[in-house]
Amino acid sequence: MMSDEKTITRPLPRVNEQDTGAFWTATKDKKFIYQQCEKTGEVIWHPRSHSTGSVNGELTTRVSKGEGAIYSFSVVRLSYHPFFKTKAPYVVAYVDLDEGPRFLTNVVGIENPLEDVQIGQRVKIDWEEHEELAIPLVRPID
Amino acid sequence: MSAQSRDAAIVGVYEYPSRDVEGAVNPLQIKAACAAKALADAGLDWKDVDAIYDASESGPMSGLMISEYFGIKPTVMDTTSVGGSSYEFHAAHALRDIRSGKANVALLTYGSTAHSNALAIGAGGRGGGVSPGDNMETFAGQTLVANYAMVAQRHMHEFGTTSEQLAEISVATRFHAMRNPEAVKAMEDLEFMNIRETTVEDVISSRMIADPLHLLDCCMISDGGGAIVIASAEIAASCSKKPVWILGSGESIKYPENGGDITVSAGAQSAPIAFGEAGVKPIEIDVAMIYDSFSITVLTLLEDLGFCGKGEGGPWVSGGKLRFDRPSDGPAINTDGGGLSSNHPGMRGIFLLIEAARQMRGESHSQVEDARLAVAHGNGGMLGARHSAATIILARD
Repeated sequence: MMSDEKTITRPLPRVNEQDTGAFWTATKDKKFIYQQCEKTGEVIWHPRSHSTGSVNGELTTRVSKGEGAIYSFSVVRLSYHPFFKTKAPYVVAYVDLDEGPRFLTNVVGIENPLEDVQIGQRVKIDWEEHEELAIPLVRPID
Repeated sequence: MSAQSRDAAIVGVYEYPSRDVEGAVNPLQIKAACAAKALADAGLDWKDVDAIYDASESGPMSGLMISEYFGIKPTVMDTTSVGGSSYEFHAAHALRDIRSGKANVALLTYGSTAHSNALAIGAGGRGGGVSPGDNMETFAGQTLVANYAMVAQRHMHEFGTTSEQLAEISVATRFHAMRNPEAVKAMEDLEFMNIRETTVEDVISSRMIADPLHLLDCCMISDGGGAIVIASAEIAASCSKKPVWILGSGESIKYPENGGDITVSAGAQSAPIAFGEAGVKPIEIDVAMIYDSFSITVLTLLEDLGFCGKGEGGPWVSGGKLRFDRPSDGPAINTDGGGLSSNHPGMRGIFLLIEAARQMRGESHSQVEDARLAVAHGNGGMLGARHSAATIILARD
């Protein structure tokens, strides 16, 4: 149990998770990396240690420019999570980066979460810094 | 229809009556109580069972433990565990195993005390996932409700679907629940407010949980359980109740994909396989038992089962057409009161098969007149992310 209010944070990824650890390590430098199969051109998401494009496919690591569009979203009004219950209402969204990866994140930098987010809206990554990594949130592009 | 093979049938069913056991029994006891009743319903006993199907909802490696608990030495053991649709997968596998001659009497059981344990399923933190995919997602605080809500949001964006249309599903389901004494008791025990038939206005004026899903778009969290006995044609011929034949099955898994369409579920893959094997068209179906974790789940699955085209679900469900007493308007849905208004202990797929079997026997509280064909379609996991689907087509003689 958390005894100190200040220690309550969003649930952070495990940097030592074998498939996705390299992604989280790269976030320290505010780089959003993704993989592409050299043989088929398939963009792989989430990160993993093998290509799903082909058994003979080698994976190339690329860096996203960090811009994309909202594919879908919801405004969470009710959460029992000790961190998120203090944030409601907040926006969760699938974002399609221009290079292909579709990732789940939060939309920040908006005044009214109930009205200011739309499908198709252009967004860019807004890094939330933590000790060992940074979290790729997004904010609307003006 | 003559080409249909009738190799395996549901011959015994039982649904645990209580949705709030107040800690008096555990999931294993619920499973055993239901198994005994379902076997008795069929006129069979423990010794007749040679195949066990278990979704490990009572604990890991349940396959090792559950046979001992029941006192059965099975020759077929299947522990497929893919969320709420596991029981449709089990029925599919039981058909396959019986057809191949490896099994004669299959036992499927489910037990859960999700309500008594106060599990925060819908709005919990989703923490604790250990897969690589989870490691990329848990930081965002997407509740389970929000995941389904993202499907609804996209469906509305692409097709103009409205909250009023989604509400029609909740309203029809509550209409059926009010005719089912166990569902009414469930809502009383779980302290629902204003237990009565609802209107579209009731649903859209209930509080928002995750936009665009309201409270009454969401299923309850209850205790409960059930059991099903599936037998070969030879054994079914001497069982107490009339057989409910499994005519066809289909299975599928779907997961997040770059550029994918979250308005299409895994059901779009499983349903044509099941209908094709059964030699049945959606338009022939009298009763559709569709996994109703949320109203959007039903809307999406009805489209993917082929009752209407993709994007046409909103108009299709409107005007009360889903009710049991309007057979000329297409199939009745979730005539037991569904997860929305009867029970949802976390994985409610077994109840889809139980109520479909009741309808084929003529035993439902909202009996569709002269019902001959039913579909039970389970959806497990999260509709807007990784999820499972299995479709089962059922028929009476």
